[in-house]
Amino acid sequence: MNLLSKNIFISLILALVPAACFADWELNLPRGVTPFSQDIYDLHMYVLWIVCAIGVVVFGAMFYSIFVHRKSRGAKAANWHHSTKVEVLWTVIPFAILIAVAVPATKSLIMMEDVSNADMTIKVTGYQWKWHYDYIGEDVSFYSTIHKDSNMARQRGAELDPFDVDHYLRDVDNYLVVPTNKKIRFLTTAGDVIHAWWVPALGWKRDAIPGFINESWALIQEPGVYRGQCAELCGKDHGFMPIVVEAVPEADYLAWIAEKTEEKALVINDSKALDQTDSIALAEDTKIGSGE
Amino acid sequence: MNASQKKANSKTVRFLLLATVLMFGFGYSLVPLYDVFCEITGLNGKTGRIVSADVESKELYDDRLVEVEFVTSVSADLPWDFEPTVEKMLVRPGVETRADFIVKNNANYTLVGNAVPSVAPNAAAKFFNKTECFCFTKQSLEPDQTLTMPVLFVVDPDLPQEVKLLTLGYTFFESLDLASVD
Amino acid sequence: MSEVATHHHDDHHGAHPTGIMRWLTTTNHKDIGTLYLLFSLMMFFIGGTMAMIIRLELFQPGLQFVDPQFYNSMVTMHALIMIFGAVMPAWTGFANWMIPMMIGAPDMALPRLNNWSFWILPFAFTMLLSTLFMPGGAPAGGWTMYPPLVLQTGDAFPFLIFAVHFMGASSIAGAINVVATVFNMRAPGMTLMKLPLFVWTWIITGFLLIASIPVLAGAVTMLLTDKFFGTAFFSAAGGGDPVMFQHIFWFFGHPEVYILILPAFGIVSAIIPTFARKPLFGYSSMVYATGAIAFLSFIVWAHHMFTVGMPLAGELFFMYTTVLIAVPTGVKVFNWVATMWQSSMTFETPMLFALGFVILFTIGGFSGLMLGVTPVDFQYHDTYFVVAHFHYVLVTGAVFALMAGAYFWMPKWTGHMYDETLAKWHFWLSVISVNVLFFPQHFLGLAGMPRRIPDYAVQFADFNMVSSIGGLGYGISQILFVIIVVKCVRGGEKATDEVWEGAQGLEWTLSSPPPYHSFTEAPDPESITGGHR
Repeated sequence: MNLLSKNIFISLILALVPAACFADWELNLPRGVTPFSQDIYDLHMYVLWIVCAIGVVVFGAMFYSIFVHRKSRGAKAANWHHSTKVEVLWTVIPFAILIAVAVPATKSLIMMEDVSNADMTIKVTGYQWKWHYDYIGEDVSFYSTIHKDSNMARQRGAELDPFDVDHYLRDVDNYLVVPTNKKIRFLTTAGDVIHAWWVPALGWKRDAIPGFINESWALIQEPGVYRGQCAELCGKDHGFMPIVVEAVPEADYLAWIAEKTEEKALVINDSKALDQTDSIALAEDTKIGSGE
Repeated sequence: MNASQKKANSKTVRFLLLATVLMFGFGYSLVPLYDVFCEITGLNGKTGRIVSADVESKELYDDRLVEVEFVTSVSADLPWDFEPTVEKMLVRPGVETRADFIVKNNANYTLVGNAVPSVAPNAAAKFFNKTECFCFTKQSLEPDQTLTMPVLFVVDPDLPQEVKLLTLGYTFFESLDLASVD
Repeated sequence: MSEVATHHHDDHHGAHPTGIMRWLTTTNHKDIGTLYLLFSLMMFFIGGTMAMIIRLELFQPGLQFVDPQFYNSMVTMHALIMIFGAVMPAWTGFANWMIPMMIGAPDMALPRLNNWSFWILPFAFTMLLSTLFMPGGAPAGGWTMYPPLVLQTGDAFPFLIFAVHFMGASSIAGAINVVATVFNMRAPGMTLMKLPLFVWTWIITGFLLIASIPVLAGAVTMLLTDKFFGTAFFSAAGGGDPVMFQHIFWFFGHPEVYILILPAFGIVSAIIPTFARKPLFGYSSMVYATGAIAFLSFIVWAHHMFTVGMPLAGELFFMYTTVLIAVPTGVKVFNWVATMWQSSMTFETPMLFALGFVILFTIGGFSGLMLGVTPVDFQYHDTYFVVAHFHYVLVTGAVFALMAGAYFWMPKWTGHMYDETLAKWHFWLSVISVNVLFFPQHFLGLAGMPRRIPDYAVQFADFNMVSSIGGLGYGISQILFVIIVVKCVRGGEKATDEVWEGAQGLEWTLSSPPPYHSFTEAPDPESITGGHR
């Protein structure tokens, strides 16, 4: 029987080898590119090491006991079954550990929830199954849906192999372009069911709830393209509404906004659908309420 | 089973059934409790109160201005355009202010919608008082009809000093209840 | 005592109906216990088949076998069936079989209610499973049934709601029965602090059921009226709030988690002392810890929904209460380890599963602690990290404890020893494959794979493949269990009354198998020892 179980074990290992031949094995939380995401990463590692240490102590004691205190080695069972001192001790020690976890967690949370003094605001609206982005105060808003290559490869019986698609299921037609080193406030809401907007590199996800707006913020420190996807079951194509954020230096961002605004103005001028009230809305982006 | 056990059993069962019924009721009572809780804490950013403008009597901070931002959404099943005429304004707490929203029905049939307001930060919701709002009634729009709808609101001067930006969000949902249109 | 009960037609020895009528009309706690356990085993395989479909689709990127909508149905139905159809009925089955024998009672307090509470279940699950063949498909909004998504369910919607109502009614009836039995039917001398821990954990579970299931019933009724009768509890358009459903649901949902795991604590607390031949360490602290966990379970619910956007104070409150649960749970684990210390252990299959439970459940507890830390939960939430976490506590937790309990008492139930060699195979194959199945899911979650998706980005391909291989292995290994049970029922080495060398407790004083009506005379109060063993 021993030999047989060894064989099974070996064949199991062998079965895993081909899988291991493919590239990157991502094991851990990404560090991310915002101050908050780095805080979270540290906190994650901190708690992970704590539970590993507890695990070593508890499982160590258990395995020692399993090997030494076994009947086949002639161990005689003791008869003690109570010790107030020990029981108090292992109630108090975990409590102390929890306080050591709660303190940094509280600090991070307070930082996360402080959305004040943002430099700009982007409204994110979830729909089945796409995202809509609206740059508040700018005349830029657009939908962002899954890239057509991914969409083609994800169909049943597709000719296209997912491995041949760049960023399979993680690519969209219109990127959300944002400036680096600016505090960006995100307002999330939805137009049908609940969705959740999540880009791991930013360090958080936030539910998009129809009829309600949620606030969160991010300050992206490094330029780059960051990918994520919807994280709350929202129906059939829940797995197919990716998010791509492109962080660029502020100058590039301003140029991009200008370009987008111009594009939109051209479209509007071309179409005769524009009515007067719309143009008033476009002209007056900001005005100070008189209050009279 | 002897008689005393039988008696004890039926007593226990009565007690536990009562507990079951009470907990079912408790589930329902969570609904008003939740509303009260949200009202106090602003938990979900719901606003909906109509207040008479007696906030004027409160002491005003002349130098304080709060930025108010308007965002709009339309639910997926309603083919309407919905925009604020002004996206941001600076508002003096305690003073009644007006903001206009424009809504347009792109469908070729009459549709009824109602708008649901939400305020962020949620905790500030109770300091955002509307004296008049299109969100209190259902809106019926003919094909291609455009409507300008006002909101009159007062930011409570008791709004915590650290809040400098308030966002008022509206989402238009299709109202299926045609009968109750005014 | 039996004289009073003779008006039940099946209480005449040897005169009860046979064949199908025996099982339909039975009011005997052992028969009903058997029915519950067999039903649970059947559901375990139906739910398991759905899990196989899920893992098959996730074996590699791209959609090969099922459509996304059907995939979502599988995810939803797998959860509903495993929670309400497999684990909960299994605990009720154990309670039915063991609690009267453990407390020296002739039967459950309410035998006819007992029959009724079981026979609701096949109807509830037939109704639920029939939705697979309905236009619009089976429910696909997740077992959590969040509106507004769940309101998009097709014809299956009312069936889902009424199935949940029936399952809930069955659980409440079962819970009332257990509580009444323990309160009123204990043999003289069986004081509360002498009760075996399985009985203790079950009373507390019973109270959790009675307090939480009606809240679920209320929540799903609100869904029903929202969909069909024009109420707007959860519709923002009508002045309601979809997040309120989540609050109400999880007010039920978190106690539910402990409903699934507390009896497991009880079983493990019976098995470890038996095979360690040493009394359970800290019996009374075990009881208090169970009570503390049950109490805390009512004030932690919002940790399932940190991302909905709560005020800071709420997030802090729920974080603190959540991590606090680690204290009583830790006490339990430490007590089990202390029980093993300086003992004289042997490793029969029940002990192996119990030891597997302690280690793997603790790993699930560790990831639970990590998830409880709110800021980090903003990353973990709704990812495979959560999937890994709750499968560690429910599969290697609850299901391993069920297996441990089944092997522990199977010789008592059937009068035969099970096939120890096959059973050891069952354990080792299970414990290896289940870790291959669920451990990589931690990595997937951390690397950014959301849960409930039928297809994934290619960077998640490797671990998904490993996980699927483990899943297939785990699924196949469970067939061994059925073979072992069938073999054991049909024959095998005769079991002694005590069965295990270190066994203590009233159930082991009965013959193996026990008479159809046991403890018709109360046991000798002298024979009732403390519950620490």
